[in-house]
Amino acid sequence: MADLVSHPDEVKVVTRRFGKGATNIDRYLELDGYKAVQKALGMEADAIINEVKNSGLRGRGGAGFSTGMKWSFVPKQSAKPKYVLCNGDESEPGTCKDRLIFEHDPHAVIEGVTIGGLAVGARSGYIYIRGEYRYLSIIMQKAIRDAYAKGFLGRNIFGSGRDFDIYWHGGAGAYEVGEESALMESLEGKRGIPRIRPPFPAVVGLWGGPTVINNAETLASVPHIVLGGAEWYAKLGPPKNGGTRLFCLSGNIAKPGVYELPMGYSLKKMIYEVGGGIPNGRELKAVVPGGSSTPCLTADEIDINMDFDSVAKAGSMLGSGGVVVLDDAQCIVKFALRTMQFYQHESCGWCIPCREGTDWLKKTLMRFHSGGGVKKDIDNMQYLSENMLGRTFCPLGDAAAMPTIAFVKKFRKEFEDHLEGRPCPYEKEGAIEQLPVLAH
Amino acid sequence: MADVTLTVDGKKVTAPAGTLLIEACKTVGIEVPSFCYYPGLSLCGACRMCLVKIEKMPKLQTACTTVISEGMIVTSDSEEIKQARKSMIELLLGNHPLDCPVCDAGGECELQDMTFSYGAAESKFMEAKNHKDEQQWSPVVFFDRPRCILCYRCVRVCGEGMDVWALGVQNRGVSSIIAPNKEDHLECEECGMCIDICPVGALTSGAYRYKTRPWEMKHVGTICTHCGDGCKTTLGVRRADTGMEIVRGDNRDKSGTNGDFLCIKGRYAFDFANHEERLSRPLIRRDGKLTPSTWEEAFELIGKKFAEVRDRDGGAAIGVIGSTRTTNEENYLLSKFARVVLKTNNVDHHRTADFPVLAAAVRDKADATASMADVFTAPAILLIGNNPTEQHPLLAWQIRNNVRLHRARLYVINSNPIKLRQQATSFTEIAAGAEGKVAAFLNGADAAVDVLVNSSMDREAWIALREKLRGEQNLAIVFGSEIHGTDLSNLVKFGSGISGAKFVCLADYANSRGAADMGLYPDLLPGYHPTAGNSEFHREWGDIPQAAGLDLHGMVDAGKAGKLKVLYVIGSNPVGRLNIDPFAFSKSFVVVQDMFLTETAVMADVVLPAANAYEKSGTFTNTCGDLQLVKKAGEVTGTKADFEMIVRVADAMGFDVRKLVPFGGGTHADMGQSRGAQSGEADRHAVWLEAHGLEPKMSPFDPTTILDEIQRLVPGYDVSRMDLLAGNSQHTSLAKAGSGVAHRPESIAPANDDLFSSGTLGRYSRTLKSVVESHQVKPAEVAAD
Amino acid sequence: MRFSDEFEARFAEMVPHYPTKRSALVPTLLYAQDEVGFLSDEVIQELAGRLDLTELEVRNVISYYSMLTTKPRGKFNVQVCTNISCLVRGGEEILHHCAKKLGVGHKGTTADGLFSLEEVECIGACSWAPAAQVNYDFHENLTTEKIDKVLDEYRKKATQ
Repeated sequence: MADLVSHPDEVKVVTRRFGKGATNIDRYLELDGYKAVQKALGMEADAIINEVKNSGLRGRGGAGFSTGMKWSFVPKQSAKPKYVLCNGDESEPGTCKDRLIFEHDPHAVIEGVTIGGLAVGARSGYIYIRGEYRYLSIIMQKAIRDAYAKGFLGRNIFGSGRDFDIYWHGGAGAYEVGEESALMESLEGKRGIPRIRPPFPAVVGLWGGPTVINNAETLASVPHIVLGGAEWYAKLGPPKNGGTRLFCLSGNIAKPGVYELPMGYSLKKMIYEVGGGIPNGRELKAVVPGGSSTPCLTADEIDINMDFDSVAKAGSMLGSGGVVVLDDAQCIVKFALRTMQFYQHESCGWCIPCREGTDWLKKTLMRFHSGGGVKKDIDNMQYLSENMLGRTFCPLGDAAAMPTIAFVKKFRKEFEDHLEGRPCPYEKEGAIEQLPVLAH
Repeated sequence: MADVTLTVDGKKVTAPAGTLLIEACKTVGIEVPSFCYYPGLSLCGACRMCLVKIEKMPKLQTACTTVISEGMIVTSDSEEIKQARKSMIELLLGNHPLDCPVCDAGGECELQDMTFSYGAAESKFMEAKNHKDEQQWSPVVFFDRPRCILCYRCVRVCGEGMDVWALGVQNRGVSSIIAPNKEDHLECEECGMCIDICPVGALTSGAYRYKTRPWEMKHVGTICTHCGDGCKTTLGVRRADTGMEIVRGDNRDKSGTNGDFLCIKGRYAFDFANHEERLSRPLIRRDGKLTPSTWEEAFELIGKKFAEVRDRDGGAAIGVIGSTRTTNEENYLLSKFARVVLKTNNVDHHRTADFPVLAAAVRDKADATASMADVFTAPAILLIGNNPTEQHPLLAWQIRNNVRLHRARLYVINSNPIKLRQQATSFTEIAAGAEGKVAAFLNGADAAVDVLVNSSMDREAWIALREKLRGEQNLAIVFGSEIHGTDLSNLVKFGSGISGAKFVCLADYANSRGAADMGLYPDLLPGYHPTAGNSEFHREWGDIPQAAGLDLHGMVDAGKAGKLKVLYVIGSNPVGRLNIDPFAFSKSFVVVQDMFLTETAVMADVVLPAANAYEKSGTFTNTCGDLQLVKKAGEVTGTKADFEMIVRVADAMGFDVRKLVPFGGGTHADMGQSRGAQSGEADRHAVWLEAHGLEPKMSPFDPTTILDEIQRLVPGYDVSRMDLLAGNSQHTSLAKAGSGVAHRPESIAPANDDLFSSGTLGRYSRTLKSVVESHQVKPAEVAAD
Repeated sequence: MRFSDEFEARFAEMVPHYPTKRSALVPTLLYAQDEVGFLSDEVIQELAGRLDLTELEVRNVISYYSMLTTKPRGKFNVQVCTNISCLVRGGEEILHHCAKKLGVGHKGTTADGLFSLEEVECIGACSWAPAAQVNYDFHENLTTEKIDKVLDEYRKKATQ
């Protein structure tokens, strides 16, 4: 059970019930629980969608697509059942926020899914939780049972005459399943291989029915928007970047933790004030601003606001909210290698550039880091990454290529320092002894 | 569907809405490369070779998954695209073993071709390639993981195309691997489609691997000699000490009705030709023992004996049994030889379907029979009896994929839960032997329903099914040998009430239909004209016996009674296959033309070593009535085609063979002869023609002279010769057939072959044998634990 | 083959929640693995039969998910995260320490069958790095001393 942190700059929306025992449904009700869904029951579907659109809520999973817009793509009429899917397959390295939501406020997710269902005309929803989060699936299962017992789920919810069902679903270890169509495959009991698009999930999704799929944090934000109003929520952040967001501070930082800060909060402040700066008298070397797939920023590049558009302008991505801080004792080559090792391990293998590209990058980085690098490797790594970029079947290839390009471009000197059989300047003696590498 | 116009590389392209971009590009000659895209299989978008630029799209798009839309502007040849393709090839080659010099696919490899066209000249990679040892998955399927580029074609053709689903994808990322259904081996139909469809040498054939190089073979597209479906198989032949050896069968030539399809038999079971027991010298029984002789000696003996018996005892003392695996020309010749030279109507063959009744039932209808191609496009199919998956693999493929790709409705009525029920809109299980009642009921005999009702189908359900069928249009009605005689007439009557209904009568051997069409019956001449009458054949052939002769069983009785003095068997094994008493003909002079000393051949007085259908030219008619060209591929020294042997026997009997085979005339007579002003040039030209199998048709052994006669006389066979020679199948119609006759139901004996057996022939295929043996071993192992 | 009543109850409850049977496959495999220790041939055969799948299809799925295994492993599976957030806070040190202490490498199992060691990808404990999971339990903000204690406790648990 992860520790909670707090900072005065935090604006508690999604986290407002954290640590208050809201897993208990009665306690949740005391904390304004299930009010939003009751309000939504009195609203037209389009009104709910518009409210979410106007709130400026954008997907918290990483892509940052407008949630309201996504919902509006679901056809009104459908021969097949429609579904709402909560993506709780949190696995982007550096990201540990959905875990807290499930742990502290599971009913908010249930409420969000239900409201999503009311908005798009679905009658059932599934909450997909990654397999490693077994204790959270237990919490969620209990929450669902409790909601059924109270008549908040199932037939005639809140006596409204409308029905809505929610069921949980568990994964079994696969980053790729976080991709929305791969998650549907997984939920259908298959290998998590993404689907060809179009058709998009909003039209043909789970079991062929129109499906809305949103990140857990996105859905947990929805009840607050419905209750507090779009205008209030939108104003928490800069234009087109409504609300707050959970930032997971990790790495070489004094006070790591998950902080809820308004969209557009300064990265510099986040590191030095909220996170308490770099410990052990070290200096900042780089920040990965939004999970392992986002290009790193150097110490000179952190004077930016943390919203989707500002980070994009700085050449990176806000991503999933995983802010990983590196101090100057960290080896970028090693870091790049570990990042690539992850993508190589998690590539589903479906398409050539991702499957082969991640493997060759990993192999090259490995040799490079252990002192076997040659000069052309540096250009080759960049060449290979650039040739994966935008050409893979799903975004995983991009997720592997983008950070690599940034590491090579921004820290070329450090790569060059590894050349000609020189041992890694950062490695402590003896620690390089390699364990068998991850292989499936 | 309405047409859509788009622009590709500045060219206007118009194609029906719904067309995939990659296909639309093909229509204007723009090749967009791909590995994973395969027409007729589900889309993958995995290989990323087909990336193109579509205006207004930020990223390159896969042409294989993009449906064309009006006004789309596409670029397929920019520097960016060239670089994208090059990098895909680079990435693939990074782990590809590049053992092309020893790889079976070398020279026929799509990865080689793609590298040649789009690839990079150098490798940027220094790392060791990932390796995994080669695995043998079955006697005929080997898998070499390092060569695999994961295009998933094999997985899809096995699952979607074959409905076998024996291949899967396991692990993920760079460890991804194609896996067989039984962990370390395959349990499947062994069709080998996965091998053919593999763009590289990852899946290789146990029968062919490391035997030769593709460019050392001559590739001959001919018709499979096994079941009655008439698949085109491409035989790879190579010079050998004994002639031309067939080393490979595949469906590289996709021009046949079978398209991509080929089953285990068409692909591997050509190896009987090289079996060590193959006869290559004529044998004459001396002192009770079959001993080698010369051809001259053999023909002289046969000619003398045949003529003697005919002249002394009359033609009625001579019996002739023809083959279901010889060509139409040979069957026609045999039918004619029996009547004209031997003066007998004692002619029969191993019957597996009641074609005479079908002919009689549809003789006044145009387009009453369905071609094999029709089965793939018919909007609805009724299948009564048979198990096509085992007995007619191509037909099953056509049905299955018609359902999958065209959403055809399939109605299956069978006494067993056959596999095609999985594709069926409705599957109705009936008691064995009740198929005839179904025909009667469908034709309106409501009382027949009493026998048919069971726990799952009550009276109302049967009536509803009939109504549903009556409501269909262009229904293809396919039936097995269970339906014959009156039942068959009933079924045709029922079908006549359905607009556009067409029939397929299923017979079991490669040229069963041809044997029937060419009149290998005691009471029917070619084209189902009764022997008693005055058909064109009577007029052309002159004085031939009118009274119906003996069928096979009649000949057995006559043999036992000592009345059948001569039995002439061509490519048939009635003793081995039809439970004939081997001593029935001990008093007769028996001549057998065959490849092997079969149960029938061992009791013969003379055995002539015959060439098989892969070693001669001619035509076959498949069970649907599709006429196709059979081309000579292999050759085994010391054997002769049945055609030549029949002519030589006639000659040895003192008959003027010109009256049997009107050679020297016809469309082919002048080929090459009049080209040169000087005779020397004509000679050289003839040598050239001969070397290319195009020699002038001046010989009595030339089957095309008989094909001319068949096309002229046999109803329905007047198809386009040009198309036929071009290798296309030509559907023959029974519309003007003779009146046929009714036969005893017992005269039909289904072959009961399955996927891995093929009458007597199958017993001499080592590959079929090894596959059967491998299947027999496995269950025992399972049972033991 | 027989599973526990708990498994059966869960399975019976789960399947009707989906329009297709096979949808229950992934979570069911994990529960079966928790019970049997690994996905044995017998388990695969049984679940394939129950969900109308071929064994091949079940194996295809198993081999895709990194938590699923067809090979037996220790009673306690020590999964040490070495991904980026843990890496920069000494995750590798924890892994090496465990390897030394247990005497096994990545995916190895101790001779007494008590522990398996695995280097795993991000387990969602980034802000509490370095972290490890023993079976499903999270152990966070690890130091070598702390992981020693953790392992000792599991060892004790096993002998009780």
